[in-house]
This record gives sequence, structure tokens and C-alpha cells, in this order.
Amino acid sequence: MKKEINFILNGEKVNLEVAPGEILLEVLRDKLGVKSPKCGCNKGDCGTCTVMLNGKTVRSCLVLAIEVNDQEVVTLEGIMHSGLTPLQESFLKHNSFQCGFCAPGMILSATELLGKNPKPEKREIQEAIAGNLCRCTGYSPVIDAIIDLTN
Amino acid sequence: MEESKYVGKSTVRIDGKAKISGAAKFIEDIDFGADLLYAEVVESKFAHAIINSIDTSEAEKFPGVVKVVTGKEFPYRFGLYMHDRYIFAQDRVRFVGEQIAAVIARTPAAARKAAKLVKVDYTELPNVLNVEDALKKDTFLLHPELGNYQHVPWFFPKPDTNISHLRKVRKGDAEKAFKEADFVFEDTYTVPRYAHCAIEVHGTIGLFDNSERLTVWTASQSPYTQRHLFAEALSPLGLTHKDVRVITPFVGGGFGGKAGVSMEIIGAALATTVKGRPVKVLWSRAQEFYNTYQRQGLTCRIKVGVNKDGKIIAMDNTLYWDAGAYVEYGANVVNAAGLSASGPYNIPNVKIDSYCVYTNLPPGGPYRGFGYSEFLFGLESHMNEIAKNINIDPVQFRRINAIREGDILNYGGKMNPNGLIEAIDKVAEAIDWGKKEYSDDPNKAIGKGIALFWKAPAMPPNASSSAFLKFNEDASLNIMISGMEIGQGLLTVMAQIAAEVLSVPPEKIRVETPDTDRNPYEWQTVASHVTWGCGRAVERAAIDAREQIFDLIERALGKERSSLYLQDECVKSKKDIEFSLPLKDFIINGIMKEDGTYRGGPIIGRGMFMPEFSSALSDPETSQGGKPNVHYTVGASAIKIEIDRQTGKMTIPKAVLAIDVGRALNPNLIKGQITGGLLQGIATVLYEDMRYSDKGKLLNASFSDYKIPTAMDIPAEVVSIIIETPQPDGPSGARGMGEHTMIPAAPMIANAVEDALGIRIKSMPVTAEKIALSMINENIKADIINS
Repeated sequence: MKKEINFILNGEKVNLEVAPGEILLEVLRDKLGVKSPKCGCNKGDCGTCTVMLNGKTVRSCLVLAIEVNDQEVVTLEGIMHSGLTPLQESFLKHNSFQCGFCAPGMILSATELLGKNPKPEKREIQEAIAGNLCRCTGYSPVIDAIIDLTN
Repeated sequence: MEESKYVGKSTVRIDGKAKISGAAKFIEDIDFGADLLYAEVVESKFAHAIINSIDTSEAEKFPGVVKVVTGKEFPYRFGLYMHDRYIFAQDRVRFVGEQIAAVIARTPAAARKAAKLVKVDYTELPNVLNVEDALKKDTFLLHPELGNYQHVPWFFPKPDTNISHLRKVRKGDAEKAFKEADFVFEDTYTVPRYAHCAIEVHGTIGLFDNSERLTVWTASQSPYTQRHLFAEALSPLGLTHKDVRVITPFVGGGFGGKAGVSMEIIGAALATTVKGRPVKVLWSRAQEFYNTYQRQGLTCRIKVGVNKDGKIIAMDNTLYWDAGAYVEYGANVVNAAGLSASGPYNIPNVKIDSYCVYTNLPPGGPYRGFGYSEFLFGLESHMNEIAKNINIDPVQFRRINAIREGDILNYGGKMNPNGLIEAIDKVAEAIDWGKKEYSDDPNKAIGKGIALFWKAPAMPPNASSSAFLKFNEDASLNIMISGMEIGQGLLTVMAQIAAEVLSVPPEKIRVETPDTDRNPYEWQTVASHVTWGCGRAVERAAIDAREQIFDLIERALGKERSSLYLQDECVKSKKDIEFSLPLKDFIINGIMKEDGTYRGGPIIGRGMFMPEFSSALSDPETSQGGKPNVHYTVGASAIKIEIDRQTGKMTIPKAVLAIDVGRALNPNLIKGQITGGLLQGIATVLYEDMRYSDKGKLLNASFSDYKIPTAMDIPAEVVSIIIETPQPDGPSGARGMGEHTMIPAAPMIANAVEDALGIRIKSMPVTAEKIALSMINENIKADIINS
């Protein structure tokens, strides 16, 4: 039995019907066409599906779509209000991504960290992005980009 | 070195904005409309069995199912270097997870459920799960047809055995030299299997439309190789190359795992059974682990003869590769490693036997390093043991034996220009070699390790690259290549190479991922060869365009051709300093003459590169003759570790890697390869390995159980050292370096553990558990001696 849900997606009101078992990641990608959250493992291990739910990052592959009723969801598409953010610019400068597959999730995790703590220590940065797996960069260019931005 | 404006600069990635804004499209991001079908594969439960029958009747009745396909519909063998695979298993399965059939349905859920209803009746066969069993005299043959398989001329299968290829190297007289050597050291080292773990899984969508043209979208490093293999395997259906089109969007990590053809052929084949509708095959993370290529396991028995002065005079290295159920690609790993398993050393007498052995485990295949990581673990561990035993410093020992330009390679060719000695000296300096360090914590020991590395591209002698280059009205340009952007930054570097020739800045150059209908031929994006090979093709395409520009200026304006040059997007003349004609004024629309007629037209460049000096033909008994390797890239790496003596847990305060890249076309991208490759290498030592049950089932097919490093697991400091000894035939002197950065990690850590604790771990991975257990054993031994 389908259920109607209403939520805010990247600043816009969204209304749609979902089945109780539908996963937020699938609804975002397949029904709403928001493609920046990716599926890398479908069980919460890799973090490529990271989105923000009421300002906090969650793995959208572990969230049921019905759970976001009346909540606010922000994806990478939703943080670029006037072009790239300073964090994204810093990622560019530091070559902080290679294949780019983990980048949307990684940027959201780093954005969340900087929202809470504008001057994080290296260790805090490592902890904040530890849930976002990257096989290409060795992470240090990501950490460098965040540190550079906070200086 | 010539002054350059764009080459050698850390140009920001031209694909950067797409990748960090979420605009970059990966295979799963492309929409195929409401009539998209989904396929689920029926997999073998057994590592080795005869398929007696397949009953698809229940699955066919399941709501939403469109079709069930089995091997009967595709009885064709295929493979890259050896045709030993089928699209679906025929009468026999050879590894757990092998595809037997596929259910095509309107939804993924229906396909999944119906796949469970396909009944397969098996008769189990004896499992051959390791090399030792596979080589026994009375062993069970995995491929009784081996003698009939089509293969490249440089493979030497042994029919009626499980040896699908044996690469033999005989240089000098090793047997005689061992007798003359002051010391001989022999040991055995083992390396398990590993998974690539690109964060994006494999996926493919095939569409065989009603005009009978087959389009296949794949997450791939090898669009042209895929097109060729699809066309070849499906030729009985009447398909030719022009009917097959492969489109590859951005790839979410390759590392060799998306090279060649693995699951993609399933999508291509299934599409032909549901004409007019696209069908998608998407691997789960678990399938990504057990049914794509894996890095092969290795047992290496190494024997080295050395004189008192530290000069190595003989090496005998026998490599047994656990190559898995099918070796159509993996046998070439065995081949490449066999040719080079003496490492970056000048050794006059060498004997190498590299055995490619069938086992009932998933197919082995290309993985960043292509066999070199595996044999270097044993080789570089052994080098340290020898140095210790003959009382020579390990760095000095390596300096004595390091290969130099002009030294004779294993197959008789000469070593290319290289900065190996410089690399050794620079990493030794950066890691404070020779200075013993002590931890502030008495429970912890600090150790340092070094390892050298080398690697040549493993490619057929006729592996070629090509490029088209077309100008737009504003003198911006598009470059079309089929080299693949897999994260390394190929698109950016190709833009830099063209920019240098044409004086058009990289940000005005667009390079896109391939579509075989539009972009010209590239063999594959593997072997760390595309900067070199595809780079040469792009350079030649740019030169071709430049020459056309000069021709036109001479013809239309009467300027002396030999005095013309390009600068700041203008044609200029050394003889007429006033003359400066912007490219955008004529590059498409030509140059108007006084009578109002025009000369010129759109400038389109083309370029091609094939290493015409390369040859894979040699004496099968010795490997002498030919020139199988186009060049070697060399370097050195060192590490400092801190280990807890009780738990074996290790941290890495510092890692250093020096590599001779010929010419650093983009230093920032090179550093990216170093930080990334080093961590991928470190992970194979400290965290990862594939574990199988005694029935051949992979036990850790998830990121929960197969742990790849997170941001918490990185070295505290990584020092990247770039050395530039130009490669004479490379674009601006560059050679490849992408794979090399992970190769030295394993032995240098094993060497650092030995330096810290005095224990030698001879099997990868070098986990905390193994170290702790070894320490306990050492302590027990010491107690016995003391009591």
C-alpha cells in the first residue's frame, strides 16, 4: 500500500507516493532524478549515498522514503546556491578527488563538519569523513582541501 | 628541458567541475526510459560441477518476467588473450558465483525473485582450490579442452595439465653462477588474492534496436576492446564491428577491474534476446567481489646467488599463480610478471618460471600493478634478508645492484634511461635512513623499510592509440580519444599536451569520455600507458592541425612557412613581428582574399601512435629476442612505522615515494597518484585479503568484511618525489606512473617490521595479528633458549 509523503528537497516542496519499503536513495535517484547521491554498496558501508536530513548527514540507502515525511532533505545539488561553494573550490584546487564517484558524499560530510566546527583539527576532519570511502585519493588531498579552507 | 607554457604545470582538472558538482554522469546516472528491463544472474552454488539440466519453467511464469536466458543460446567461447570463457556456463561451472543463466524482467525485484526459481541440477566435481592441488600429478583437469583454445602467440599452454601458460626466462647461465656464488639464499613468499574495490560497481546496459544495431553502455576502461570482443563473440548472430557501439561515461574507479571484458558481455548478449528494449545488468557489491577479475594469488620461490662484495650474480625465481577458473586476461599478468620478476636489478644470470595455474576460484585478471606488486613482495623482502646476512646496508645493497641505462634486460633488450639511483638516494635521505629512532612509548618500536620498484606496460606490440582534434569557431577545441578517464586525470593531461602545441589554454579544450562511434581507436586504458601512447597520438593530432594552419597561412597570405609559429592563440611570424593573426579569425571560416573568395575551412587534426619497435616474438624456452616491453618506469619508496610490541598494531608516521616519470606533465596529478596508490598498496599489507571457505566460496564479499582504508588509516605524512629522466619516445619525455605507486608498499612494510622487531613475515597481509603471533613465538623461543 502506497503512502503519500511531503518533504522539502533542496528547498523545494516535494509530494509523492511511495511504498513502505522504498529506500530514500532510490526515490531520490529514480523518481526525483536527483543523481548526485550514488549507490556503492547498498548497506551503509561506503557513504557515496550521503545526503543531509534536517542538516545532518545520513546514508540514504539506509533511510526509508516514508521516514522523511515532513522533513528536509538536502543533496549536493542543494548546496550550490550560487555556483560552487568555497569548499568545492578548495577540492578543485587540491585535486581532492579522482574518479569523482565519492565526491558528492565526501563534500556533504565535510560541509556538515564545517557547519558545526569552522576550525577543525586534522583528527576531527579524518573522523568526519571516515564514513566516506574513497579508493583513489588516499584521502590526504581531501584533508588538505578542508584545512586550507579553514586557514 | 624546453620552456613550456602548459605542459609541466599543475593545471586544474578540466573534468573537475563536473565531478565535484555532481554533474558527471556515471553508468547508473543515465536514464533509459520506461521500457528498461532488468536482468538478474543465476549463479553457480558450487566451485566445480557438471550442469545436468536447467529448469527455467517456474521463473518464466513469474509475474513481470520477460525472458529467461541460458548458456544454450550463446554457445560461444571468448576472451581477450585466450578464448577460455563462455558468456554463460555451458555444461560445467568452475567457480562459486559463475553465471549460468539470467532472468530478464520489468523490475529488478521481479528479476531477483524469479532468478531464485531457476532450478539447476548439478553433479559436483572435485574442487581444485589452490595451486599445489592443481599441479599434482593425478589432479582433476579444469579445462580438458585447453589444447584447443585459441590464444595469442606469446602464450604456451600445457595441454592435459592445469597450466594454462608458462613463461620461461633464461638469461646467462644461472645454474653455473649459483655454483660460483659466495652465498646462495632461498626462500618462499606468498601473496593472497585481492579485490579492486572501486566504489562504483560494474554495470552495463545493452540495447539491440529494431534496426539490429547493438549499443552497449558500460563502466569500462576498455571501450574498443569491449566492442571488439562483443562483435567477435556475437558474430554468429550476424553482428559486425560497425553494428556494435560502446559508450562509456565517467567511471567510478577502475584499478584494472574494469579493463577487458567481464560482466559486460552479459548485458551485450542479453540485449540481443529482447530486441528493441534496453536491458540493464548491475552488479551488487557482493558480485563485485566474487564475479569480476580478482588480483591473483602468488606463491614465489626465490633463490639468489650473491658475492661477498654484494653483487648479485644469479637469480632463480619460480612463480606459481593462482589464476582462477578462466585466464583469458590473467594469463597475461603471469606473462608480464614472468618477464620482469628479477626486479629493477642488473643480474647477469637469471632463470624465471612463471606458471599460470587454473583453480576453482573466481577468474584472476588485471589489477593495478599487473603482477609486479605480487612478485615484488617476495623479491624485495628477500633483498633485505640477503643484505642483512652479508652485512651490507639494505640501501647500499640496492645501489650496488640497481639497474642502469643500457643494462641488459631479461629478454636481451637494453634498459631505458632512468633515475633509479637518484630515487634510492632521495628516499633514503627523506626517511633519514641509517638513523635509528625510538618511540616515546617503551611498548612501541619504530622501524624503517625500503623497497625499489619497476614496471613496464604489459601490452601487445601493436597496441595503438589515436586522436581526432577539431577546432570550434572561437578557436576552442574538442579532442576525441578513447583513452578513458578513470580518475587519473587523462582528459586534463591530453588537453595540456594539445595546448602546448597549439597555444590554446587547457580551459578552452574539451575532452570527453569515449563513444566508439565518434571517438577513434584506443586499445585500452591499462598498463599505465595512456599518458605515453594516447599522449603521443594527441600530440601528433595537434601537430597535424598546426601544420594545416601553417599551410593555410602560407597559401592564403603568402607568409614564409618556416618562419611561422603559434603563440597566445595567434599565428605569428619570426620574420614579420607585426604579423599576429588570431586563430579564431580563420580556424573555421577561412581567410578572405582580396576578391572576396575564401581559403581554408575547418581545421581537423588526426594523430596515431603504435610502438612499432615492439615485438612479442621470442624463444619460448628462454624469452630471448623480441622487445615485449616498451620501457620500464622505476622508483624507490621508504616508510617509517611504529608498532605496538604486544598487539602488533601499526601506525605510519611517514611514507616517501620517488618515481621517475620522465617528465611530470601535471605534478599535482602525479602527487595524487602517489598518495592514492601508496594507500591502496598499504591496504593490501595491513587490512585486506580475500578469504575462501573450503568449498571455494568467498567469505568476505562486502565492505563490512573486506576492510578498505578510511581517512583514519592513512600515513601521517606522505612525501612525493618526482624525478625526471626523459623518456625519449614519450610526449614531452613523459612515461606512465599510475600503477607503480602501489607496487612497493608491501615489501617496504614487511622490511620495516623486520627492522623494528626482528621478525620476517613471509606471507601477505602483514596484519597486527600475524605480527603479534610471531612476537609470541619469538618470545617462546627466547624463553626456551634462556631456560
